[in-house]
Amino acid sequence: MGKYIIKRILASLPVLLGITIISFMVIHLAPGKPTDAATQLNPKISLEVRERFEKKYDFDKPIHVQYLKWIGKIIRLDFGRSYIDNRPVIRKIAERLPITLLINILSILTIFMISIPVGIKNALYRGSVFDNVTTCIVFVFFAIPGFWLALILMSFFGVHLGILPISGIVSLDFENFSLAGKIIDVARHLVLPVLVASLGSIAGISRYMRESMLNVIHEDYIRTARAKGLPENLVVYKHALSNALLPIITIIGLSIPGLISGSVIFESVFSIPGMGRLMVESVFQRDYDVIMAGLVISACLTLLGNLIADIAYSYADPRIRFNK
Amino acid sequence: MFRVINLPLYICIAVFFLIYAARASADDINIKDAPVYGDAFVSGSTADARNLIPILASDTSSSQIVSMLFNGLVKYSKGLKIIPDLAESWRIQDDGLTIIFHLKKDVKWHDGHPFTSADVEFTYKKLIDPDTLTPYGGDFEKVKDFIVIDPYTIKVSYDEPFAPALASWSMPVMPKHILEDAELSETGFSRDPIGTGPYVFKRWRSGQRMDLDSNHSYFEHRPYIDRYIFRIIPDSTTMFLELQTGSVDAMGLTPLQYTRLTDTETFRRGFRKIRYPSFGYTYLGFNLDTEMFKDREVRQAISYAIDKEEIINGVLMGLGSVSTGPFPRESWAYNEKVRAFGFDKQRALKLLSKAGWRDTDNDGWLDKNGKRFEFTIISNKGNDQRRMTAEIIQRRLMDVGIEVKIRMIEWAVFINEFVDKRMFDAILLGWSLSRDPDCYDIWHSTKTGPGEFNFIGYKNPEVDRLLEEGRGTFDYEKRKNIYNEIHRLLYEDQAYVFLYVPDALTALSRRFEGVEVSQIGIMHNFIDWYVPKDRHRYKR
Repeated sequence: MGKYIIKRILASLPVLLGITIISFMVIHLAPGKPTDAATQLNPKISLEVRERFEKKYDFDKPIHVQYLKWIGKIIRLDFGRSYIDNRPVIRKIAERLPITLLINILSILTIFMISIPVGIKNALYRGSVFDNVTTCIVFVFFAIPGFWLALILMSFFGVHLGILPISGIVSLDFENFSLAGKIIDVARHLVLPVLVASLGSIAGISRYMRESMLNVIHEDYIRTARAKGLPENLVVYKHALSNALLPIITIIGLSIPGLISGSVIFESVFSIPGMGRLMVESVFQRDYDVIMAGLVISACLTLLGNLIADIAYSYADPRIRFNK
Repeated sequence: MFRVINLPLYICIAVFFLIYAARASADDINIKDAPVYGDAFVSGSTADARNLIPILASDTSSSQIVSMLFNGLVKYSKGLKIIPDLAESWRIQDDGLTIIFHLKKDVKWHDGHPFTSADVEFTYKKLIDPDTLTPYGGDFEKVKDFIVIDPYTIKVSYDEPFAPALASWSMPVMPKHILEDAELSETGFSRDPIGTGPYVFKRWRSGQRMDLDSNHSYFEHRPYIDRYIFRIIPDSTTMFLELQTGSVDAMGLTPLQYTRLTDTETFRRGFRKIRYPSFGYTYLGFNLDTEMFKDREVRQAISYAIDKEEIINGVLMGLGSVSTGPFPRESWAYNEKVRAFGFDKQRALKLLSKAGWRDTDNDGWLDKNGKRFEFTIISNKGNDQRRMTAEIIQRRLMDVGIEVKIRMIEWAVFINEFVDKRMFDAILLGWSLSRDPDCYDIWHSTKTGPGEFNFIGYKNPEVDRLLEEGRGTFDYEKRKNIYNEIHRLLYEDQAYVFLYVPDALTALSRRFEGVEVSQIGIMHNFIDWYVPKDRHRYKR
C-alpha cells in the first residue's frame, strides 16, 4: 500500500511539471502584462518608464528564461510576489482561502445531506408522486442561473423582509460584537451564499444516488437479505446503501480540488472575498505569479483527490485491492 | 446648447433641495444649523484598492483612499482654481521658471511627527528616482533644481516655463521619517499608511472593506463624520440592493439606475440623486494613416452623419451632453464659440461626394476607385455603453452608405495588439482629463510612437505650435486663448469625432447635511459634512 502511494506520487510529478509548463506558456501568450494597468493609456507615463517597469520584472526576457526562473522559485516553495500590490502571493491566497473553504465545505455538506436522502427515496419509490415532484424541483434549481437566484433571494430576504444581510461576510460593527454575536453574524451572512451554492448541485448528486441505489436494490443479495426476514430499514440503509454509496466516494474525491476554487460569479454577487474573485481578478490583471500559484495548488489537489478517491475505494470495496 | 436644457433641471434640483431642507428644518428646528460630530459614511466601490503609497497608487480606488489620508502642497478648489493645501502660499518668479512654496507650520503627521520641507524633498526625490516605479514621475523630471531653503520654505526651478508645474505639486506628500530607509516596493506602508489628511488609516480587510477614522487634529478642522468606511462590493446590482437597505450610503449609478430604478417615492425619501458633468469625453477616433480618413471632409461628413443627441438619449438615457472638443464645458480652456456639428445627412452626403465617395454601382454602398467605403470600429469588451454607441453609429453610417463592422475586444488585447500597434481603422474610446488643459501627449505630432497617446496619428503643425506655447505660458488670459484656439482647430479638423460627455451620477443618503455639489463632484468638502444627532446610524 505504502509503495503504491509513493509510486503514484512519483508518477504525478511529471504530470505536474507538464501542467506548469503548459499553463505558464498559455498565460504568457495572452497579450498584456501585469504592469499595463499602471502604465497604459496614461498620458503622464512616458515610454521609458513603461520599459523600466517591464525590465524590472524581466518581461523583456524570453519566455523559457522566465519559466526557469519561476520554477526555480517554486521548488523552494517561494510563490513570489503579486505584481499588482507587491504582497507575497502566498499571503494573498491564505487571506482568501478560509472563507472559500468554509463556504465550500458547508455547501458540500448541505448538498449531500439533501441529495442522498432524496436520491434514496426517489429510488425506493420510483415513479411515485414524490419521485416526480422532487425530480422536477431539483432540476428547476439546476436550470436556474445562480446569480439570478442569488439576486432574487437577496432582494426578498434582504430588502423586502429585511431579515438577512445582503452581501459581505460580516456586519460593519462586527468588531464590537461578543463571540456569540460574531458567530451568529457570520452565520446570518452565510445562509444565502451556502444555499445558492448548494441548490444547483443537488440535482446531479441526487440523480447519481438514485441510479446507483436502483442498480443495487435489484441485486440478489438484497433479495436474500429480505428473504431472511431483515427489517426493510436495515436492508435499505445497511446492505443496499453501503454499496450504493461507492460511486459517491469518487465524486467526493473529485470535489477536493473544487474546495479551494470559488465561483467568481457567486462570490461577486455576494461580495465574498474568496478564491474565485482573486483568480479572475488576477487573470484580468495578468498577475502571473498569483495565477500560477493558484493553478499549481489546484493541480496538486486534483492529483491528490484522485489518489485519495482510489485509496478510499479500495477500503470501501473489497473487490478492489492492491496486491503488490 | 445642451446647457440650455440642463440649466433649468439643475435649478429644479436645487429648488427641490431647498424645499426639502426647509421642510426638514421645520420638523426638527433645534438640530439644524450646528454640525455635530459622529456617525459614519459608507461608500461602495466595485474594486478593492491596490496600494496606498501615494506615488505608486494608480487605480481609482487607491487614489480615492489616498486623497482622504494625504495632502499635496496645493489642491483644486470647487471652482477649479488652485488653492493652498499643505502650502501656506507660493510665489511664481522669473516668468514661471521658479516657484517658491511657503509651507503651513502647524501640520502634523498622523503619528504626531511634524511635517516639514524635508518630507516634500523626500517625496520629490522618490518621484524622480529611476528605481521607483511610479507613473507620476513625468512632471517632476522637468524640475531643474529643488532647494530646501528652511524647514518651511522650498524653491523649485525649471529649465523652461512649464505651466502645469504648479498643479503637479498637488501630488500627495509622503512622510520621510517613516519611509526614509524603506524599499517602496516592499514596505508595509502600502497597506498601513500614515499621512497628514483628514482621515487616519485604521484597518484594511482585503476584498471586503477599509476603515478610516477622522483625524481629530487635522489642520483645517476635525471632520464631523467620525468614520469613513470603504466597502468593496464587486457587483453593482448587489451594491444597489445594499444602498436600498441603507448599508451603503453612496454609490455611482448607471443611467438606467438613475432614471428608472431610483424613481420611487421611498428612494427619493432616503436618497438624493446628484448629477454633474464628468471631466472627460467619449470619442470615435480614426487611424489617420489610412487613405480614407486622411481627408478632413470625410471625417466631417461622418461627424454630420452621426446623431450625437440620439446616442446620448439612447445610451446615456439623456444624462450627458454633446462633446464639442477636447475640453469639457467646465474647463476654463473650453471654447464656447465652437458649435457642435448637428445631425445632417444631406450635408454628410455632399461632403462625401466632394471627397470622391459616390455610389457608382448602385449597390447602396459608397465607393471610390472601385473600393467600397467600409471600416471596422473596435472597442473594449464589457463596456456596454461603448458597444451600444458603436451600434448606433453603425446604423447611421449605413444610412449614408458606409459599411461599419464592430469588434469588441478584451481590454489587454485591445490595448496591446490594436491601439499600441495602431492596428485599427477606427476606435471608440474615452479620455478622463486632468484639470490642467495641457494635452500635449494626446495631440502633438511627435507622440505617435508605439505605445504613445497620439495613436490616431494626428499631425497639425499649427496645433503643435500652440501645444508647445500653451505649456510654456503662465498668463491665464494668454493661455486661455491658446487652448481656445486648439479646441477650435481640433474640432474643425474632426481629429476625433467627439461624441459625448457623460454625466457623473451619484446617489447619496439624505442623512448627510452640508453636502455641496460642484464641478469637481461632491467630495471636496467632505470634512464639512455632518449627520444631525437624531439621524445617526452608526454608534461607536
